[in-house]
Amino acid sequence: MPENQSHSDSLKNTPLFDQHVALGGQMVPFAGYNMPVKYEGVLAEHKWTRVEAGLFDVSHMGQARLSGEGAIAVLEALTPTDFAILPQGKQKYSLLLNEEGGILDDWMVSRPFAEGFMLVVNAACKDQDFDIIADFIANDETGADVEFEVLTDRALLALQGPRAKDVMTELCPAATEMYFMECGTFELLGEVAYISRSGYTGEDGFEISFPAARVADLWDELLSNPIVKPIGLGARDSLRLEAGMPLYGHEMDAGYTLVESNLGFAMNKSRLTRGDIRGIDRLRAQLDGKLDRVRVAIRVLEGPPAREGARIVSENGAELGVVTSGVPSPSLGYSIAMGYVPPAASAIGTRLKLETRGRQYAAEIVSLPFVANGYHRKPKA
Amino acid sequence: MKFTKDHEWVNVTPESGGNEAFVGITAYAAEALGDVVFVEVPEVGKVLKKGDSFAVVESVKAASDVYAPVSGEVIEANDLLSSAPETINAVPEAGGWIAKIKLADASELDGLMDRAAYEAYLATL
Repeated sequence: MPENQSHSDSLKNTPLFDQHVALGGQMVPFAGYNMPVKYEGVLAEHKWTRVEAGLFDVSHMGQARLSGEGAIAVLEALTPTDFAILPQGKQKYSLLLNEEGGILDDWMVSRPFAEGFMLVVNAACKDQDFDIIADFIANDETGADVEFEVLTDRALLALQGPRAKDVMTELCPAATEMYFMECGTFELLGEVAYISRSGYTGEDGFEISFPAARVADLWDELLSNPIVKPIGLGARDSLRLEAGMPLYGHEMDAGYTLVESNLGFAMNKSRLTRGDIRGIDRLRAQLDGKLDRVRVAIRVLEGPPAREGARIVSENGAELGVVTSGVPSPSLGYSIAMGYVPPAASAIGTRLKLETRGRQYAAEIVSLPFVANGYHRKPKA
Repeated sequence: MKFTKDHEWVNVTPESGGNEAFVGITAYAAEALGDVVFVEVPEVGKVLKKGDSFAVVESVKAASDVYAPVSGEVIEANDLLSSAPETINAVPEAGGWIAKIKLADASELDGLMDRAAYEAYLATL
């Protein structure tokens, strides 16, 4: 049964640690931080976010600013994304690649200000990522001007859910004029906030970069609205899984490419044509069909939830791959999973079996996302 | 009712003459797990050694093993838990029982904590 959770002194706290404890948050170690895994309960928090507005402290994530005439060259050297075409006010999902095209992290890169780019990276990868960027700049021989600054003085909140916009209308109405994947610089509680209309739940919502010294005020202000409840990492995981979003260290790591992970949208055609992407030969070969495995969405049809590590086998017992994340879906009432199988077994409707505790249970490949997203997309002109 | 450090309980039924007991997880365990959404109960007839994993309780977040607090044979499983797993959260130390066991060695009970000792143990966590 549950292990005693010891709070190691080596763990870091976000600026909202006291708030989490006061709200009854169950604190667990995550990526080197004491983080709330739940407050009221994962199920209730999950469902609340799908109908109202959930507030997440994601201040453990890394934030950095990259500016100067050489900023685009730095980003393009390390990712498969065309950043020259990303205008101010827009945000783009991108991937940090190693020399072989393996995925070292996934990033949100935005241009909320004129001077350059803002990066939001995974907590567990941030030291690595920022070292790679700093090393690249230090070894750059072009002489281009680049400024790189890790924003350790900023916290990050995510406000997610169909009623997130109602909450923002009261606090920062200008931010509600943005569409999905847009971003900007706003004044909020008298401070400079970098806000994007995005998130990790599949719902409409906002991510707010805010001075760490005052984020407790913003947190309390947001929670003073009865529409808003605090949401822990437990529901964050089940929400992103329903939305079909990959989690670094689970759906991908250095052993996977963006083709295998089905993250081609992080790559621009212009970069593929230019051929200046790390691991380009491998990526092209995979795009041409030399692909051993691909990320798929799986619906569990019977038995227990399939968790990370569950074997995936064909109906006649052939080894296909492994589950990388799985959860009993609170919204759908059945269990869902993501994992890797050979392309030949990846067609929607393919029946397969998932092995849990030595027994095999029926499952089926379905389409992503599991739960339709609620993004506030810009209407097509 | 007796308790283990792994947060299982065992409750000998008076009418069995001390030979049979219900087993389950404690209120503390149920609270720590959160909303239970799936329970895998043991098959009737299964023979358990004290400490064997004999059931699995799953929340949205994770699957947790439940260990046999005593040795014996499973003579009944709580089938209610397959249709209503949330019973574990609602009444963990009553209707949320997981299995009924025919005890192999009633003296094993002597090594378990009583309510007061278990509560004292919880206070140290």
